[in-house]
Amino acid sequence: MPPSIAAFPHAVIEVRDLRKSYRRVEAVKGVSFAVRRGTTTALLGGNGAGKTTTLSMLLGVLTPTAGAIRILGEPMPERRYSVLPRINFTSPYVDLPKRLTVAENLRVYARLYGVTRPRLRVGELAEELDLVEFIDRPYGNLSAGQRTRVSLAKALLNRPEVLLLDEPTASLDPDIGDRMRTLLEGYQKRSGCTMLLASHNMGEVERMCDDVIMLRAGLVVDQGSPSALLERYGRGNMEEVFLDIARERVDPDHGASADGHAEGIVS
Amino acid sequence: MSSAIALCAGSANRIFALVERHAYLMLKSWPRIVSTMYYPTVTMIMWAFVTIYLTPKSNFLSDAPGLFIGAVLLWDILFRGQLGVSLTFVEEMYSRNLGNLFVSPLRAWELIAGQLAMSILRTLIGVGGACFFAWVLFHYSIFTFGFPLIAFFVNLIVCGWAIGLAVSGMVLRWGLGAEELAWAAVFLIAPVSGVYYPIGVLPGWVQTIAHAIPTSYVFEGMRAVLLEHVFRADLFFQALAVNAVYLAAGVTLYLLAIRYAREHGMLLQMGE
Repeated sequence: MPPSIAAFPHAVIEVRDLRKSYRRVEAVKGVSFAVRRGTTTALLGGNGAGKTTTLSMLLGVLTPTAGAIRILGEPMPERRYSVLPRINFTSPYVDLPKRLTVAENLRVYARLYGVTRPRLRVGELAEELDLVEFIDRPYGNLSAGQRTRVSLAKALLNRPEVLLLDEPTASLDPDIGDRMRTLLEGYQKRSGCTMLLASHNMGEVERMCDDVIMLRAGLVVDQGSPSALLERYGRGNMEEVFLDIARERVDPDHGASADGHAEGIVS
Repeated sequence: MSSAIALCAGSANRIFALVERHAYLMLKSWPRIVSTMYYPTVTMIMWAFVTIYLTPKSNFLSDAPGLFIGAVLLWDILFRGQLGVSLTFVEEMYSRNLGNLFVSPLRAWELIAGQLAMSILRTLIGVGGACFFAWVLFHYSIFTFGFPLIAFFVNLIVCGWAIGLAVSGMVLRWGLGAEELAWAAVFLIAPVSGVYYPIGVLPGWVQTIAHAIPTSYVFEGMRAVLLEHVFRADLFFQALAVNAVYLAAGVTLYLLAIRYAREHGMLLQMGE
């Protein structure tokens, strides 16, 4: 098994026995993991596995039923207002105001994040993310790919130390998706930012992620680097590993065999 | 000391950001500005003609010809004040922007302060437009109230804020299906506010309810200014006291709704 939280005393994100119950549903059932500084970790799982619920609790917009979260050494959500200026988030499922132009949206969020010299920062990001040609157009008039770039610009305004990404390339064509991944990799390389990524794109995970946390029905069912998981499950790509786990074709007590075949595959 | 100043500056910046976001939306759209002024102006014109019609037949109105126009303009301070708070919030839900706001460093009280600031802006545009037309078309100036106008304005807008925050909380709790409340809530207190008639004409038990409504003191105060030419400080302070309770209740309901939304995972999902 991969190293536990105890192996990362200086983890940037630390989650212990995190639980979230609604009236009749236990959405997250005691999740623990750690994310190392400067790395990209993927949070994987099928629909309803608990990825977005976990991300929401990390962001402080969902109150956990039990468990502990520390981000950048601060407990969440108790120290929410010390943490939030240092992190950021993007998701295709959360919009920016559609009638405001791209520049107006970015200036508003620059102020919200306390960015000094917001116009300068917005200009930098417009160049970097290729927003210049539509910077004065209303956000609502943009294509999906353009909107995703604007959302990423919003997420980078405060030069975050931690970036939480909920399906950052969902609904993008391969070209734009690849550009987004390159932008994120470039930002991480320059800034040393830590990224936690919920994604259904296994190619993205293999390319970008140092670690993978697999969730199923609100539980962490496996974790490790993409190469370690491929080896453990005896598979050629992460898509197959994902299907093995999502379809419960593995014994929870599996272990990697020397020849690369997972001993615990059920079917 | 310097960290306290930095905190205040940060808060002011975030409140300004929220106002800037809604001001961008409002001020660059002439249909929005027109629609903000439209209803108060049309209502004012209607009551002005009622006044013109009734004044020769009524000694009461001859003594105070501005009674109805003054009442309708003051009522619109309350209505625009409430709408300003509620619609600012509803707008965030329509644009599916709540998630981004709540993961930003914006504090709940800063969100409230931004909504209140927008309420003042919308009220000044809406009621200001109607006041302008009252002056141009009927030679009526709301400033003839003098200093008491400030007292009326404060009490009416604070009452509007209280109702607006409570409505925002309900819209957050029950979703955009409850949006109608933003338009209708304030009319619940209209019959007992005594906008166009004295509280004394109401049945005894309704008067008891009216005394629990801050606006009833304001409109009684307005009639005292217009008919008796006195500013009733007692009514002003009574309205202020009841308003303090209403505002505390409105803020509490709103904060409870935010807490409920955090507990039930509604903040990242809210939208059209």
